[in-house]
Amino acid sequence: MAGVAGGGGGGGGNDFQWCFSQVKGAIDEDVAEADIISTVEFNYSGDLLATGDKGGRVVIFQREQENKSRPHSRGEYNVYSTFQSHEPEFDYLKSLEIEEKINKIRWLPQQNAAHFLLSTNDKTIKLWKISERDKRAEGYNLKDEDGRLRDPFRITSLRVPILKPMDLMVEASPRRIFANAHTYHINSISVNSDHETYLSADDLRINLWHLEITDRSFNIVDIKPANMEELTEVITAAEFHPHHCNVFVYSSSKGTIRLCDMRSSALCDRHSKFFEEPEDPSSRSFFSEIISSISDVKFSHSGRYMMTRDYLSVKVWDLNMENRPVETYQVHEYLRSKLCSLYENDCIFDKFECCWNGSDSAIMTGSYNNFFRMFDRNTRRDITLEASRESSKPRAILKPRKVCTGGKRKKDEISVDSLDFNKKILHTAWHPTENIIAVAATNNLYIFQDKIN
Amino acid sequence: MSEKLSADSRCEQTGDEKQDTQEKEAVVPERAEEAKLKAKYPNLGQKPGGSDFLMKRLQKGQKYFDSGDYNMAKAKMKNKQLPTTGPDNNLVTGDHIPTPQDLPPRKSSLVTSKLAGPENHDSVNAACGMQDHN
Repeated sequence: MAGVAGGGGGGGGNDFQWCFSQVKGAIDEDVAEADIISTVEFNYSGDLLATGDKGGRVVIFQREQENKSRPHSRGEYNVYSTFQSHEPEFDYLKSLEIEEKINKIRWLPQQNAAHFLLSTNDKTIKLWKISERDKRAEGYNLKDEDGRLRDPFRITSLRVPILKPMDLMVEASPRRIFANAHTYHINSISVNSDHETYLSADDLRINLWHLEITDRSFNIVDIKPANMEELTEVITAAEFHPHHCNVFVYSSSKGTIRLCDMRSSALCDRHSKFFEEPEDPSSRSFFSEIISSISDVKFSHSGRYMMTRDYLSVKVWDLNMENRPVETYQVHEYLRSKLCSLYENDCIFDKFECCWNGSDSAIMTGSYNNFFRMFDRNTRRDITLEASRESSKPRAILKPRKVCTGGKRKKDEISVDSLDFNKKILHTAWHPTENIIAVAATNNLYIFQDKIN
Repeated sequence: MSEKLSADSRCEQTGDEKQDTQEKEAVVPERAEEAKLKAKYPNLGQKPGGSDFLMKRLQKGQKYFDSGDYNMAKAKMKNKQLPTTGPDNNLVTGDHIPTPQDLPPRKSSLVTSKLAGPENHDSVNAACGMQDHN
């Protein structure tokens, strides 16, 4: 992986600082449910940044080319395209309301001038093509410039239409709709490294699709028990290996990860590898299983490691070692003594995501109070930052935040009981090669960059 | 509107228990939290985590409406009001007769996302001295 900016940073070192770059979205106090951002994803080059929201809409931002006359707008992201991806539906047969919320967006690697992405709600995956149009044909024979049909009998001569430049128009069109393959709610989609297939995972099943074929998909994992009373765990996330097109992993609500190899059998109910950290039985409590549930799993860019996020921590696993993670990072350990309240207000079920930087040297994940955390795997330093309008002056350096866990609260620290649990950062994304991060704070999208020297 | 965690004072304990819990709390905060929860909800399921959560998760989005029940109730209660939903209008089962009004209308937000709107730059505000945030 390009070691461009990844080398120095991402972590909490003194040699590295994050600055505010941009914030998108309204400043309203009253946030409409539809405006809540539900997914954020950079494309392979990092030039495009897509967001999905609870209202089923997708907004794509494009990075501006660096401009010598406006050096301060270095790589700003501006709106490129926006469209309604999914709409609310009602399944009358099952009496089931289907939300339009976009659960995940995944980009396809770019193969021509157009851009393609997959977006999914609970039941249906769609392949969208985003293309630019900057030319328009003029001088048609059968219709005039405003589109009205000409009377063919009045046409006395033929002309060849000419292509004329026009203002750039970005169009999004749905090219494939992959429907009716999931009884339960889709939580993940993942594009394969073969660029031809992708997987979609719901609570109990994982399906394999070909991007060109919408009327068939192969079921590759099925953990539904014959008797639903015996249900003990569900699938929480799934992802294809970045290089080996036959390998994928899926995580469970019991804190385990299974790695499967599609070469070994058509139905991958039997895993090839099983990753689980042994639990200390003496510390088991009512909450143990709930907080061990993995909310996100991501392979490193190198393909050698994978990272999982559970309620209180992020763990890095070496694919060669199944019996325990190689690294564990505490995100907000101070919440362990608040689990009772967090259970009562349902926050204990919040699903946080996590991400790697381009060089896999750092990882990032969100927390409450609009805090997000970064860990540098090499220096073992960590930092807590906040996405807030107060620290949103252009190029303002973000000040590290600290949560006070007891005893005397120092100035600038915030006590655990003052944290705002409605301000959750569930979705974050890191540019594939540079130190640019996108952080979704409810209805606002923050973009931060490393300090310009 | 921010949601604050409840202060510990909500859960009252006797002197002995409190000391016990405090010791436990020093060692295993989770167990102390579990004790708090069980004190508030003594009927909480025996199995930790377990199928209850999973079944609830799998049934997300399920709505219930029986036109037969609805019409029977309407006929019986010609002169009275049909019962309206309580605070939890997502779980429409059992004694409550669902009405078409209970099922939230299929909304569609065919309005452009505010993310695609003009960016709110704070640079002007900053120059003038930002409003006070405590």
